Amino acid sequence: MEYCELSAYEIARLVRQRQVKAVDVLESCLKRIAAVDGRPGSLEPGEPQPNDEQSIHAFITLTRERAYARAQAVDQQVAAGKDPGQLAGVPFTVKDIFCVEGTPSTAASRILANFTAPYTATPVARMESAGGIMLGKVNLDEFTYGSSNESSAFQPAPRNPWDPSRVPGGSSGGSTASVAAGEAPLSIGTDTAGSIRQPAAFCGVVGMKPTYGRVSRYGLIAFASSLDCPGPVARNVTDAALMLQTIAGADPHDSTAALVNVPDYVGALAEGVRGMRIGLSPDYFRIVFPNPDTNELEEQPLPQEIRAAVLHAAELLARAGADIVENIPMPNTRYGIPAYFVISRVEAASNLHRFDGVKYGYRTPARLDDLRRMYRQTRNEGFGPQPKLRILMGMYVSAAQYSAQYYNRALKVRTLIRRDFETIFDPAGLHHLHALLTPTTPTTAFPMQAIYGNSVLMQYADQLTVPANHAGIPGISLPAGIATDGLPIGIQLLGPDFSEAALLRIARAYEIASADENWRKAKPLILR
Amino acid sequence: MTDEISPELFAHLVDLAALELSPEEGEYIRRQLNNQLKAINELAAIPLDDDIGITLHGVPYTTGISAPPRPDVWEPYPDPTGILRQAPQTAEQYIVVPDIPHTTLD
Repeated sequence: MEYCELSAYEIARLVRQRQVKAVDVLESCLKRIAAVDGRPGSLEPGEPQPNDEQSIHAFITLTRERAYARAQAVDQQVAAGKDPGQLAGVPFTVKDIFCVEGTPSTAASRILANFTAPYTATPVARMESAGGIMLGKVNLDEFTYGSSNESSAFQPAPRNPWDPSRVPGGSSGGSTASVAAGEAPLSIGTDTAGSIRQPAAFCGVVGMKPTYGRVSRYGLIAFASSLDCPGPVARNVTDAALMLQTIAGADPHDSTAALVNVPDYVGALAEGVRGMRIGLSPDYFRIVFPNPDTNELEEQPLPQEIRAAVLHAAELLARAGADIVENIPMPNTRYGIPAYFVISRVEAASNLHRFDGVKYGYRTPARLDDLRRMYRQTRNEGFGPQPKLRILMGMYVSAAQYSAQYYNRALKVRTLIRRDFETIFDPAGLHHLHALLTPTTPTTAFPMQAIYGNSVLMQYADQLTVPANHAGIPGISLPAGIATDGLPIGIQLLGPDFSEAALLRIARAYEIASADENWRKAKPLILR
Repeated sequence: MTDEISPELFAHLVDLAALELSPEEGEYIRRQLNNQLKAINELAAIPLDDDIGITLHGVPYTTGISAPPRPDVWEPYPDPTGILRQAPQTAEQYIVVPDIPHTTLD
C-alpha cells in the first residue's frame, strides 16, 4: 500500500514511532496528486484539454514548498525526540474558504482571486499545530453557494473520483474528491446546508458537520453565519474523530465557539452501541423535488437502493446491540429547504456587502470617477451568478415590507425544525433517542451539467441534510454501499447538541459491522 | 401567473444591491428568483401559533457555554502594511477610492 492510502491515524502513528518520514508521506501524496488531479482550477482555463474529463481537479492552489518545510520540521522534531502532535506528518487539504496566512484564499470567486490572507483560520492553525501538513487549497462552489462545485469561478471544476462524468457534490467537493482519490487522508470542509455531508456521500467518504459552535469559524469566509460549521472529511470514522478532536474547542477569536469541553472522541469509539436508541423516521424516506417543467413541488419516494442501505445499516446496528425505533415523526423536515432559501440568503447578502473593490480583493480595471459606479462594476465583474442570486433574494425577503411574510416566518419555521429534534432527543421524552439514522442524499452523484443552472433543483439536493443546520445539531455521513450506477450511497446519523462522541461511536460500530461487505472492496474509478 | 418579482422591482433590487447586470444575466436571475419564491411560498401554508418564537441560532447560547465579551481594549495590529497591501489602491497609508458624487438630500 502506498503511504497516501494509509489512514491519518496510521500515518501519525508511524511518523511518531520513526517508522516513516513525514517527507516520504508528503511525496507519496504529491505523486498521487500528479497522477489524478490534472490541471488546477483557474480563472482563465482556456479551451478544454483532452485529459480534463478523466481528472479530479480538486486543487486551486498546491502549497508544495510550504508543505515540504512543514514535513521537514516534523521529521526534525521526531528526530530530536519531540512529539509533533497527534497529526504528526498527516497531509490534509483545505477548502479554499478558509484563510491561511500567506496563501491565496479565494472562496472560488473572481472577487477574491488576488487575495492573500494575512492570518490563518483557527481550524487550520490547530491542524498544523498538531503536526498536520497542509497540501494546499481545494476547490468549492463559489463562496460555497452550490451542491455540485460547478459554480466555481476556477475551472475546470472538480469531478467525482468514482466517475469523473459525475459531480463530486458540494460545496466541499474539492475536499471530498481529494480524500476519496487518495490525495490526502483528511480535509477541512464547511457545512451550511449539507456541504460536508452531501459531497461525502457522493464521493464515498466520511464527512461530519459538528454542532454549531463546536469548531471555531475564525478565518472562515462567511456564507450564512448562523449556519456555517467547519468539520472533518476523512476516509474512515477514526480519522474523522481524530481530526475533530484536533480542531474542536473554544476560541478567543470566535465568541460563538462554545465553552464545551472536547471529549476523547477516539478513545470512545470502541464503546459500541449496546443500549443506544437509534430512530428511523418516515419523513426522511420521502423526498420533494420541483418538477423541472412546471417548477411545482412534488413528493416522491426515496430511491429503493438508498432506502435499502439505510434499513440494512439499522439491521447491522440492531445486531450490534442498538435498539432501533421506527416511525419517529419529523413533520417539519420538508420545510428545511424553503426556510433555508430565506435565512441563508439574508445572511449571505449581509456578508457579501463587504466585497466592494475598496479594501481588498478585485476592483474593476475600468477607470471610473464615481465611487458608486465602481462598486457596481466591481461587483458585477467579480461575482458569478450564484452570489448575485443570493444577494438579490436576501435583499428581497428581508426588505421592510416583506420581512414578516418571509424572513420572520422562516425563523419561526426554524424553531419548529429545532423542536422536532428536541422532542425526539429529549432524555425524558417519549422517544429519548441517541441518534436518528437517515439517508444523506436523495440521489447518488448526478451528472455534470445535469442540474447546474436550475437553482431550485440544485438546492433540493440538500433536503435531508439542511434540517441539522437549522437546528444546529451534529450530523455525520458514512459510506454505506455502492448503487447499481457504480456510485457511493451515504447514510447519515443525527444527534443532539454536542453529541459528536455518540455519533462517532455509532458510526464506528456500523463500520465494524459492515467491514466485510463486498462493496467496501470497490475503489473509485480514477484509482482502478 | 404573474411573477412576484416584476422587471421593475428587479431593477430596483439590482440597484440597491450595487450590482449591474447584462439583460441576459438579469433575466436568468429574475426567473430563478421567481422559481425560488415558489418553493419559499410553501412556508405560507404552515400554521404558526403566536407563541412560536424565532430561532436565530439552532443551539441555545446559554451563559454556561458562551464566552463573555472580551475587554474593550485597543490592541495594535502587528502588520498594518500587510493589510494595506491588499487594497486595490493606496497612497500614503490611505486607501484610495474614486470620488463620492454629491447627492442632495430631499
